[in-house]
Amino acid sequence: MSLAVQPAAAPAPRPPVEASGLRATLSHARHVVGDNPVTGFAFGLLLLLVACAILGPWIAPYDPLASDTSAALAPPSLAHPFGTDQLGRDILSRVIVAARLDLAIAVFSVILVFAAGGLAGVAAGFYGGWTDRIVGRVADTIMAFPLFVLAMGIVAALGNTVTNIVIATAIINFPLYARLARAEAAVRRNAGFVQAARLTGNTDARILLTSILPNIMPLMAVQMSLTMGYAILNAAGLSFIGLGVRPPTPEWGIMVAEGASFIVSGEWWIALFPGLALMLAVFCFNLIGDGLRDIVDPQRRT
Amino acid sequence: MTTPALLDIRDLTVEFATRRGTVQAVRSVDLAVAKGQTVGIVGESGSGKSVTSYAVMRILDRAGRIADGSVHFSGIDLRAARERQMRDLRGREISMIFQNPRAALNPIRTVGRQIEDVLREHAQAGSGDARRKAIEALEQVRIARAAERYDAYPFELSGGMCQRIVIALALACRPQLLIADEPTTGLDVTTQKAVMDLVRDLTRERGMATILITHDLGLAAAYCDAVTVMEKGRVVETASAEAIFQRPAHPYTRTLMRATPRPGIGLRDLLPEGSAAPMPPSPDPREILLTVRGLSKVYPAKGGGRLFGRRRDPAGEFRAVDDLSFSVLRGESVGLVGESGCGKSTTSSMVMRLLDASAGSIVFKKVELADVPARDFARHPLRPKIQMVFQDPTDSLNPRWTAARAIADPILRFRTVSGAAAIRSRCEELARQVGLPLDLLDRFPHQLSGGQKARVGIARAIAPGPDLVILDEPTAALDVSVQAVVLNLLADLKRELGMSYLFVSHDLHVVRLLCDRVIVMKGGRIVEEGTAADVLERPEAAYTRELIAAIPHPPARSAA
Repeated sequence: MSLAVQPAAAPAPRPPVEASGLRATLSHARHVVGDNPVTGFAFGLLLLLVACAILGPWIAPYDPLASDTSAALAPPSLAHPFGTDQLGRDILSRVIVAARLDLAIAVFSVILVFAAGGLAGVAAGFYGGWTDRIVGRVADTIMAFPLFVLAMGIVAALGNTVTNIVIATAIINFPLYARLARAEAAVRRNAGFVQAARLTGNTDARILLTSILPNIMPLMAVQMSLTMGYAILNAAGLSFIGLGVRPPTPEWGIMVAEGASFIVSGEWWIALFPGLALMLAVFCFNLIGDGLRDIVDPQRRT
Repeated sequence: MTTPALLDIRDLTVEFATRRGTVQAVRSVDLAVAKGQTVGIVGESGSGKSVTSYAVMRILDRAGRIADGSVHFSGIDLRAARERQMRDLRGREISMIFQNPRAALNPIRTVGRQIEDVLREHAQAGSGDARRKAIEALEQVRIARAAERYDAYPFELSGGMCQRIVIALALACRPQLLIADEPTTGLDVTTQKAVMDLVRDLTRERGMATILITHDLGLAAAYCDAVTVMEKGRVVETASAEAIFQRPAHPYTRTLMRATPRPGIGLRDLLPEGSAAPMPPSPDPREILLTVRGLSKVYPAKGGGRLFGRRRDPAGEFRAVDDLSFSVLRGESVGLVGESGCGKSTTSSMVMRLLDASAGSIVFKKVELADVPARDFARHPLRPKIQMVFQDPTDSLNPRWTAARAIADPILRFRTVSGAAAIRSRCEELARQVGLPLDLLDRFPHQLSGGQKARVGIARAIAPGPDLVILDEPTAALDVSVQAVVLNLLADLKRELGMSYLFVSHDLHVVRLLCDRVIVMKGGRIVEEGTAADVLERPEAAYTRELIAAIPHPPARSAA
């Protein structure tokens, strides 16, 4: 055992290939961002969102749940830059704190649908036959419903929890991932490098994971980023109609729903700022989707 | 050249704006083509030969522009011409044939309709006579039963037939200048001859001028009056076809000439003079390594497809490989030659155990392999002993793996060595064996040249220490000078490592250089088998003679 440890402690014999690959990717990312300032802007926005999600409770100026009836429905001011709602809660604090929940729902549902839809699609494209038929029909069945209505049904049936919103969002996105992965895997099924992998003793499962999946990743990454925006909208939409997250939890969708009734009486800030946050988040992920494609596409890397 | 040239290119320079600044793809090129003349532009990939023709047609992509020089076509300044004027010229006065005929045709329109479209676009036909004129155009490119083929879709026709359609399209409006950009790459040698003969005859009949862009010096010499050799964007030599072959003046032309496989030379003769040690004689092979008996692959009948022209037996099934028997000795290289569709690739896939045979036996190292299903062979103990070098070096490398990772894959799977450092040093050893610079090991395939990718593919194939390597046209996608080096490398490796080769190819000259024995296949059967010298110099089967005759012969050689 001690022998096995020693070489690792000694000066690295030769860094693994990933090191230079990573450096190349970083320098390429710099180039892409420099080439396209919009991508840089989107990444800046993403950083802001992530910072809010992680540090939310500490950077929010007020407690997002504390009501103060004396300051209810106050318009934006220096003390409350985004104003306050009908219970006197600070909207800025609520918008910041809500980022964590909204992003978490989006991230987990996208991870879930990528794992399930991506793998099912890759297997369907690679093996064809029965696997393909089953995956294809499942996807068709899901697509036969209006997706938001389907999500409503799933949450209503499974119960009104955040976990179920994640599951519902993942299920309605399944066909997108399965079809994309299937089409891309089917193209590569007979590629020379897949044949070569067979000759070097790789099993089918390994070929899927090492030869086919990584080559689909650029497209999947773009898809994931685009779906992130859609997932945020979907979660907010569910909350807006009263499914999923319940008040008084700060969440952009609920906040818009709560503020909607005050717009007619002139208190526009209650709905506007969470809505703006929602829009920026979706906008940010869509822009990143485009930027990501340029970064991960090996054809553009020189 | 006293008559004014039809096309006159002077001092042409084409620049491309790239991320790393401007690149001059074509530098100060002069070229003149007179009426009735066929001019060949010969060069390897990246020599700027295609870009020159794109500049003439003004179809450079957005990043490219003509930076300097002039292009005159029958007195019109093409550089200054308006886009409208260019549209009229393209197709009607100057036509172009591209490399991949299938990509050049609209897949969902019948070929007759596509010819009609061109005729109407340039007001050569009205609605009344378009069909008749289109059928005439098909007849002119020697398409039999033209009225019937008028209604065929491109996918129903063979590659050679599609290229004839493309030629018919290009010639439909009787252009004065035809630019053929690698018109026969990807076609069989007999089809190549038919297509090139057709282009030559039509050029003569109509008094057109033709520019033939090719990487094949032999082809250019056989069909052109004058040949221009390009290297790295510059013209290095322009001379008549005979003069180029008899007295190549520029060292690059001489290198290119040497690297072109031709009768009566050895493998070492392809390389520049004095750069390689003489080839030691082959060891005498005795032990039988591989025996194939009665191997067949039968595909059940499916509807349609009768225009593919493949032989089908009365039951409607398609016998891709039909009762094939041959053997390969240890240390021997055997060539499997035939045109596309002859079953040579199916045979190699079955021997490679990527495809299950319908019948027959494959005995490799005294073990019967035909019983092992192809899908279970990945974990068979003999898997490392049969390896393959693929036709397209780009397609056969995983785009997301570095060269080192690709070479390491068989080592990792077969566990010949373990530990990251040991694997790395084995990769470096293999890279040295195949002549791949070690600093290229951490590059991705798209950062390597075609020749370097071919070396990575070869290193991967020899990594598990195979006894039999199947070479599936390993140099078909490479430039001739790279091909020369790769073929020599393969010959050296074979001797060094004591491997046997099964070399699948349609190029008889290349096969003769590398192989001891040659098997000629047609329609899934063996038509001739014998030593390489016998088959090439004293062919017995009529089909073999036809294949040999179809290889372009430079006129200079017969005169010399």
